[in-house]
Amino acid sequence: MVDADNPATPIKAQVEAGNVSVDVADVELSDAIRLCDEGLLEEIDVSMLPPAPDGTPAEEDFIEGALTECAVASIVWSTAVAYNVTANPTPPDSIDDFFNLEEFPGKRGLRKGAKINLEMALMADGVPASEVYDILETDDGVDRAFAKLDTIKDSVVWWEAGAQPPQLLADGEVVMTTAYNGRIFNAAVAEGQPFEILWDGQILDFDLFVVPKGAPNLENAMKYIAYSTDTQRLADQASWISYGPARKSSGPLVGLYSDGKTQMAPHMPTSEANLENALVNNFEFWADRDTELNERFNAWLAQ
Amino acid sequence: MSETLTTVDGKPLKQALAAAQARAKRRAFWLVLPLLLFILVTFVAPIGQMLLRSVYNPSFSQAVPNLSVWFDENPPGTEPDEAAYEALVMDLRQMREDKSQGEAGTRVNYDYSGARSMFTSTARKAERLEPPYKEAVLDADDDWADPVLWQAMRGASSAYTMNFYLAALDLGRDENGNIVSVDDNRAVYVKLFGRTLFLSALITATTLILGFPIAHLLATLPLRYSNLLMIFVLLPFWTSLLVRTTSWIVLLQSQGVVNDLMVASGAVSDGNRLQMIYNQTGTIIAMTHILLPFTVLPLYSVMRPINPSYVRAARSLGATSWTAFRRIYLPQTIPGIGAGALLVFILSVGYYITPALVGGASGQLISNLIAFHMQKSLNWSLAAALAALLLGGVLVLYWLYDRLIGVDNLKLG
Repeated sequence: MVDADNPATPIKAQVEAGNVSVDVADVELSDAIRLCDEGLLEEIDVSMLPPAPDGTPAEEDFIEGALTECAVASIVWSTAVAYNVTANPTPPDSIDDFFNLEEFPGKRGLRKGAKINLEMALMADGVPASEVYDILETDDGVDRAFAKLDTIKDSVVWWEAGAQPPQLLADGEVVMTTAYNGRIFNAAVAEGQPFEILWDGQILDFDLFVVPKGAPNLENAMKYIAYSTDTQRLADQASWISYGPARKSSGPLVGLYSDGKTQMAPHMPTSEANLENALVNNFEFWADRDTELNERFNAWLAQ
Repeated sequence: MSETLTTVDGKPLKQALAAAQARAKRRAFWLVLPLLLFILVTFVAPIGQMLLRSVYNPSFSQAVPNLSVWFDENPPGTEPDEAAYEALVMDLRQMREDKSQGEAGTRVNYDYSGARSMFTSTARKAERLEPPYKEAVLDADDDWADPVLWQAMRGASSAYTMNFYLAALDLGRDENGNIVSVDDNRAVYVKLFGRTLFLSALITATTLILGFPIAHLLATLPLRYSNLLMIFVLLPFWTSLLVRTTSWIVLLQSQGVVNDLMVASGAVSDGNRLQMIYNQTGTIIAMTHILLPFTVLPLYSVMRPINPSYVRAARSLGATSWTAFRRIYLPQTIPGIGAGALLVFILSVGYYITPALVGGASGQLISNLIAFHMQKSLNWSLAAALAALLLGGVLVLYWLYDRLIGVDNLKLG
């Protein structure tokens, strides 16, 4: 196993150098699409994936968007606002509160990058989740998102690695932060930190298995993917961390956390109650506008 | 009568000597060869390859043979005609076959946002498009008519390009190919280059101010004390960079040790804790501490052999202590100051991990953006162009240093 913060970089490097040492990698959706478009990944034949126990073919069993030409999703994770209960006597109840420094004073944590932040800013500005990307397509929409971010810019602590937000919350450096929901779950349930997740305005994303072009053990890589994304395996992984399974048939099989007492279902980003105001990350949008918006974001940050 | 000296076997002595020396040199070269190869393979070649990327990016040009011909035949600014669209469709069909539309579109996307999906979606339809192609393509996506897009494609249609250097200097091209500055709200690189140079100079100055007295103390104390003190200088030097950076976070954050002490002592109120990290201050403090040994060590090695009699002689001849320091002691430490300053400056110009962790928004350096383009946007050509500019800047400063102080004067230890 090779550990990388973002495996897209080594995949690109290895395939271009013609020296691939990785058989299976776990990447985000936008990277899976982009790498596939650039011809850096092996195609994955959907028909080799096992059907659900009731016989539903894999193609229908996976959540919409979880299967692409070159990738098979394993988990659904989300970026959501997490807060420290002790630092927020009245808990925030909408994404709007994240941007409300008057009622909820204190520093905020945000990931350093345009993605997620622009969408959340628009949702906090009153844009319904279904319209976020339509509005962000326009220059006015981008201006509006940055204007909303401007209102808290001076109170933001920027994080880069997923391990940072729980640390910032625990240190009392921030009172609220965007974070990957699994990390917060881990800190709250496994380590007993007083953290809660505000599911309003959460942004869902997939983690997908991909096979770099020219992988040394192609056949075994495919076998591994077929095995590890079957119904039971996907349900099993949810007992370790609160990331939702990418198969519909896995949902009912999700049980207790590995501590043997915590019910996992309410902690899943995909459970019904948590999906009320949720946005699914639009990979097409980001694959297209990543360069421009991040340039603008970096310029905005440096001002 | 002059007769050339010869060896026993009759060769002229000069030639025989030269031949013998050449042999010795060849033998000596074999000893250097392993290191030379090592440097070539692990250092020169990768850097050369990286620099090549900053001017060479064939991912679009090799996918558009037909469009390239049209661009060659028509000057910049020409309204794309039916022939242009026909060439585009032919190339898109070929891309669909080679699966290269994503890569080609990504290349154009660097200069024209949204081009990537235009390429992938139109390539998907390319097989079904019928003449007249212009109408058919515009029907598929009317953004294809944008002259700025055509200029971006023209720029990308030759594999060798200076466009990445333009982008690295906050410049771009308009629809006629003229060089213009990018929108103010996207201009970031020049500003960060400036900030990197400024902060590096500032950090160099602070390490000198802090390091000079320490080095002097180390150099003048008896050896058994100075060795002990030396450990205190070296211990952090041997500690992992990440550990030291994280320790600064623990100390400086708003709920951290320093703020807690100040609140406890009443220096600041609990509501007004100082923000000393996740901003420029954090970058300066942490980097100064981390780079301090690089100033102290060369200074120490230069100060140690300075004979104290010189300063005593100056004092006995009537110089004030300041004059003796300024005219006798300081000039002798110049090689150490130069070495330390150059070392710290060059290291801080390329510093990456510390500003990334403690710099927040205002403490970012240009290296953080290079890392961003290497790891996140995967625009390696732009990363290479930024790195090349940084390398060029450092070489210019090195040359300046050589002219002003002289590299021969350097004393690293």
